[in-house]
Amino acid sequence: MSAPDNAALYRALYLIRRFEETVLEEFASGVFYGTTHTYIGEEADAVGVLSHIRDGDVVFSNHRCHGHFIAYGGDLRALFAELMGKAGGVSGGRGGSQHIHWKDFYSNGILGSTTPAAAGAALAEKLKGTGALTVCFIGDGTLGEGVLYESLNMAALWGAPVLYVVENNRIAQTTPIELALAGSIPARFEAFGIPARELDTSDVLEILPVAGDLIAEMRADPGPRALILHTCRFGPHSKGDDTRPAELVEKMRAERDPLTIHAARLKKTERTAIEDEVNAEVTAAFAAAKAEPMPEPMN
Amino acid sequence: MPTVLDSLNDGLHRAFAEDERVLLLGEDILDPYGGAFKVPRGLATRYPDRVFTSPVSEAGLAGVAGGLALRGLKPVVEIMFGDFLMLAADQILNSLTKFGWMYGGPLDVPLVIRTPMGGRRGYGPTHSQTIEKHFLGVPGLAVLAPAALGDPGALLADAILRDPGPVLFVENKLLYLEPVRGAAHLPEFELEAHTLPGDYAPAYSLRIAGAPPPTLTLASYGYAAELARRAALQLAYEHEVFAEVLVPTRISFPGNAFFDDLLIPALRQTGRLLAVEEGTRPLGWAAEVLARAAEALGPQLRAAGRVAAADTPIPASTPMERAALPQIEDIVAAAVKMMRL
Ligand SMILES: Cc1ncc(C[n+]2csc(CCOP(=O)(O)OP(=O)(O)O)c2C)c(N)n1
Ligand SMILES: [Mg+2]
Repeated sequence: MSAPDNAALYRALYLIRRFEETVLEEFASGVFYGTTHTYIGEEADAVGVLSHIRDGDVVFSNHRCHGHFIAYGGDLRALFAELMGKAGGVSGGRGGSQHIHWKDFYSNGILGSTTPAAAGAALAEKLKGTGALTVCFIGDGTLGEGVLYESLNMAALWGAPVLYVVENNRIAQTTPIELALAGSIPARFEAFGIPARELDTSDVLEILPVAGDLIAEMRADPGPRALILHTCRFGPHSKGDDTRPAELVEKMRAERDPLTIHAARLKKTERTAIEDEVNAEVTAAFAAAKAEPMPEPMN
Repeated sequence: MPTVLDSLNDGLHRAFAEDERVLLLGEDILDPYGGAFKVPRGLATRYPDRVFTSPVSEAGLAGVAGGLALRGLKPVVEIMFGDFLMLAADQILNSLTKFGWMYGGPLDVPLVIRTPMGGRRGYGPTHSQTIEKHFLGVPGLAVLAPAALGDPGALLADAILRDPGPVLFVENKLLYLEPVRGAAHLPEFELEAHTLPGDYAPAYSLRIAGAPPPTLTLASYGYAAELARRAALQLAYEHEVFAEVLVPTRISFPGNAFFDDLLIPALRQTGRLLAVEEGTRPLGWAAEVLARAAEALGPQLRAAGRVAAADTPIPASTPMERAALPQIEDIVAAAVKMMRL
């Protein structure tokens, strides 16, 4: 597979950013209802990893799933519509923000619950001989869930080709990692004999090759792997519930914005053209979703 | 006569032979041990690539099965003791039964979790319980329970091969060594198997052969249904009370025609309902059966009652365990009392 060029990567990052900004901006207008967890600041993880997946590869995502879904190729209108509770949403309005499934992509809002499902899906594809891999995104807070360790054990025992991607934004809702995590993250995987790679970057060009190597390795030698991505959450956990000092978030934004980092590689005109195009695409998707009908109550 | 254990073992073998997508996962299921209660005996020898003996990880196992099922395979998970189901409860409640619905559905999740349940073997408070009531109200979960009637193995094979899933398949431990009885083995009864509309899980009715029309309906499932059947004999021969026994093999509620097609019409005739189960009394299967009967029949329901386990943990010591769990004499006594109403 040929690597996406810088323009395509910027487009992918910016698409997620604008979708999520629109969600936060429009929540106040009442068009959305329920909950949301935006991916702002973490876009390079999803784009860097999911640029390598092929048709038929399986993705399991969590509560913070919009960025994963969009990087997977999911439809913006359908995701907006789901957040609005519309019949035409990804899940017909049943799932809401955290529960979406399209093609081989599945998300669930129960932290850690996807980790055995991902091992099972990977095992299924291996038994069927399809060659498909499974990617499972979890956060640092989810390292506290016991079922994860059952899953790692079984994935390792049975050689399930699943890539666990830990997105460590150093916070779980409001709890900083220092209060929730003892010991080392890579050692958790290594204890099960699962090779783990670790990156502390928001640069998509640093994540892309490492994820690519891991995935190529898994295709040649099926079995579980882990990729630990130290990242930054710029937005609130959900909406307006950021308990961190504003200066801290400002500093992260200044130093670790995946869009700023990658934009520097494009000519200004090129970048503006991409942004204009994406802005129009997001605006159109939002308007289309907004115009759709609500579902019949008993559907 | 084959036992329920033989029949279930045969059902698993039939399902494995019929569809190569069927897999088995569980603890200690390899031969020669063949599982703590021997239900999967022989499968690992015959199908070594399709039987996964697992670490002691009930939640993980249920979750792995979910992933296998989502991707088109048909896993069967053995949970060694029903008491351990609670470790898998989150997966059942928030993943396995949600996948098929919450994404806009329908999406098949063809998997069966089977588990031995129940007491009377002195295993004590954490290895003797009947806890399926906690799963009966979970939308999207089919809960099946074979009795020592008909073809338990066929029920299991159908659940594995035909159900879009997920299914919880509850096997009472004392049933395992019971012979599977058909009409030929039950000369004192008229046994009828009922196929319910749209359901592969049958229900059974037993009436005392040659007796006048029944004046009492006993509803029960699993091994408790076997006790109810024996109680019905005593009631007929010692008390001249003629009861019919109705036994569903689907014990979850939504889409279960047992109530509308079998139980309610029967109650219109007898007006008396005694529901019998091995689980603790409050908020169980029997409670829901009674509520449904009361809603459907109103004053036509002259008397309704339950025989169930005491609302305490289950003691290990034999006399204490006996006292905590429903016995044939408890059913007889409750029935006789009810006949005075
Ligand atoms: C089993 C479970 N427990 C608690 C929650 C509530 N909850 C939602 S997100 C969250 C924090 C998750 O932190 P992390 O895994 O680090 O992911 P992040 O939000 O940082 O992306 C919590 C506690 C949940 N959804 N599921
Ligand atoms: Mg986090």
